[in-house]
Amino acid sequence: MVASELEVVRSTEVVTAAPVRTGSRAAGLVRGGLLLAAGIAVIYIGLVPMGHVTGIIKVPVVLAGIALTYMGVDGLAKAWWGPQVETAFWVSVFWLVALILAAIFADFLPLGEAVDTTKTITIPGNTPPDLFSAHPLGTNNFSLDLLARSIYAARVSLLTAGLAVVLSMLIGVPIGMYAGYYRGRLDRIVSVFNDSFLAFPALIVLIALASVLGVPTSVPEAIIKEGVALALIGIPTMIRLARANTLVFAQREFVVASRAMGARDRRILSREILPNVLLPLVSLALIIIAVLIVAEGSLAFLGLGLQPPQPSWGNMIAEGTITVVQDYPFIPLVPGVFMFLTVFSFNRIGERARQRWDPRQAKI
Amino acid sequence: MIRRTVLSRILLVIPVLFLVSLGTFFLVSLIPGSPEAEVLGPNASAQDYARVREELGFNEPVLQRYFHWLGNTLHGDLGNNLVPPIQRVSTMLLRALPINLELAILALLMAFLIAIPAAMWSAYRPGGRFDRLVSASTFGVISVPSFLAGLLLILLFAVTWPIFPLGQWARPTEEGWITNLHHAFLPALTLALAEAAVFTRLLRSDMMSTLQEDYILAARAKGMPTRHILFREALRPSSFSLITLAGISVGRLIGGTIIVEQVFTLPGLGSVVVTAAQKHDYRVVQGAVLLIALIYVLVNLFVDVGYAYLDPRIRRGRV
Repeated sequence: MVASELEVVRSTEVVTAAPVRTGSRAAGLVRGGLLLAAGIAVIYIGLVPMGHVTGIIKVPVVLAGIALTYMGVDGLAKAWWGPQVETAFWVSVFWLVALILAAIFADFLPLGEAVDTTKTITIPGNTPPDLFSAHPLGTNNFSLDLLARSIYAARVSLLTAGLAVVLSMLIGVPIGMYAGYYRGRLDRIVSVFNDSFLAFPALIVLIALASVLGVPTSVPEAIIKEGVALALIGIPTMIRLARANTLVFAQREFVVASRAMGARDRRILSREILPNVLLPLVSLALIIIAVLIVAEGSLAFLGLGLQPPQPSWGNMIAEGTITVVQDYPFIPLVPGVFMFLTVFSFNRIGERARQRWDPRQAKI
Repeated sequence: MIRRTVLSRILLVIPVLFLVSLGTFFLVSLIPGSPEAEVLGPNASAQDYARVREELGFNEPVLQRYFHWLGNTLHGDLGNNLVPPIQRVSTMLLRALPINLELAILALLMAFLIAIPAAMWSAYRPGGRFDRLVSASTFGVISVPSFLAGLLLILLFAVTWPIFPLGQWARPTEEGWITNLHHAFLPALTLALAEAAVFTRLLRSDMMSTLQEDYILAARAKGMPTRHILFREALRPSSFSLITLAGISVGRLIGGTIIVEQVFTLPGLGSVVVTAAQKHDYRVVQGAVLLIALIYVLVNLFVDVGYAYLDPRIRRGRV
């Protein structure tokens, strides 16, 4: 699953010609500023509790506001730095840095209660988002603060996916490199195992593992169990990618030269090939993180990941059942937006890194 | 030539299926502690523990257990489930499976319906306004998890603007196909969106290179209308990798239906598997894993073989 998605992302290089805007920088700044202001205004109108906009219409209004805001930022950036600036990339970097900092320092931030329902008895539940209140993004059914929960949930998602990617690189890269470097029987055996493993749809593997290992109830337990389970998904992909990249480099002149100078296989692998293979793999690892975050979310959404009241984006979205979502659409949408932005950011940054570092891409 | 290609491809399935069966079987051995206690909890009767042990075959040596299980499985007998009410696993799975198959097939069709025109038009005018819109939105859509997309579709088309029913399923045998499709539309669309985005990106890039070919220029010089050039001349040679991808995506779609049916509370394979996983009903989980992996392997085989027939270059062994 992961591999096929990567192939797709790779094979479809999207060449987007930047639109050539006529007019001066000042005009661009004004246009961007107006759009930005309009976007913020629309979001505000959408989120104001005492309804200019009532109930369910809020969702499309807020979404439109976010789109307008983005267009505004994009316009400003293009006017200021020129039309080649990749706004989406820089917004992604900004989002990830902000999210990671917030997740690290969550304990010191002035957030509402995220987990302990005994402390929230006096707070009204299902409060809709109001940016200028104590609960800027609202509260859930148990009066837990959605902003705080989303930030604590980021710890689970990022650490789980991060652990899984590190594990799958540690295990997958050496195996893939050996298979790609020595070829022959080793390569064939590795490939058959790999293909058989890829025959299981990833989600099914995760469900089966969750049923066997038991569902996690605490955050460290979730990170370790799900991290290992997700690593099982990531390893075959890493093996394939490492193997493919090693095949490319093993034929190159500098490897031949190194061998002619008497270098052993181990030295060639670690000094000549590894540094070249690692960069493209790191860029792909970013895209794999995005896939794994979705996989972790899916598992939690199905009720087989971290158990509530401990927050994870998946189980927070699952709180928005069909009945809840009709009255309180923000309950699943707040973690949903966090998750979307994070997945999008990893995809965007990974894509950019891949364009720069992937040798097979560079040749095209 | 083609017969040999097809034959070797079919032979390749055998070790894969063998490893799949091993993986599924030894899944149960990964359970920490004793499985019967995991299944029934600490308070069941001695007979119940004995029944579960017997059903899981823990009274036999491991190899014998495996071949016993394999033999039964090959006869379509997946055993009984472990947690009451006791039923045959194959019955449980086969009753739920049609929902997932229908959703997966519908989603695939919808994805093609969305992706082909979008990709063709953006490949026809690369860098144009439509192309940029398509590129940006496909990139965005790929990053939306299906459960989120499903919720948004529910909010937009079942709550705000209630044109589709919410959270029910209509079996075509009971309520007719039209009602059935009406119920299946939103879940299928949820799955289709992400696939369509992926398909669009792939087909667009293949289409762009096809449109550079000389025969397209010749067709245009002869004055053929754009629609003819795009659909009749360019689509088929551009669609080979799309077909491969569609085959691969069947596995993802089956996984996807499990999530989407939870969003829409449909009684499919997902609800069976997830409930079983929560109750540690390993027999059901095992059966479902095996069934889905089997479908996935067979569909991929079918696609590879069909591909060999479709593309003359592969048929003649030239690629």
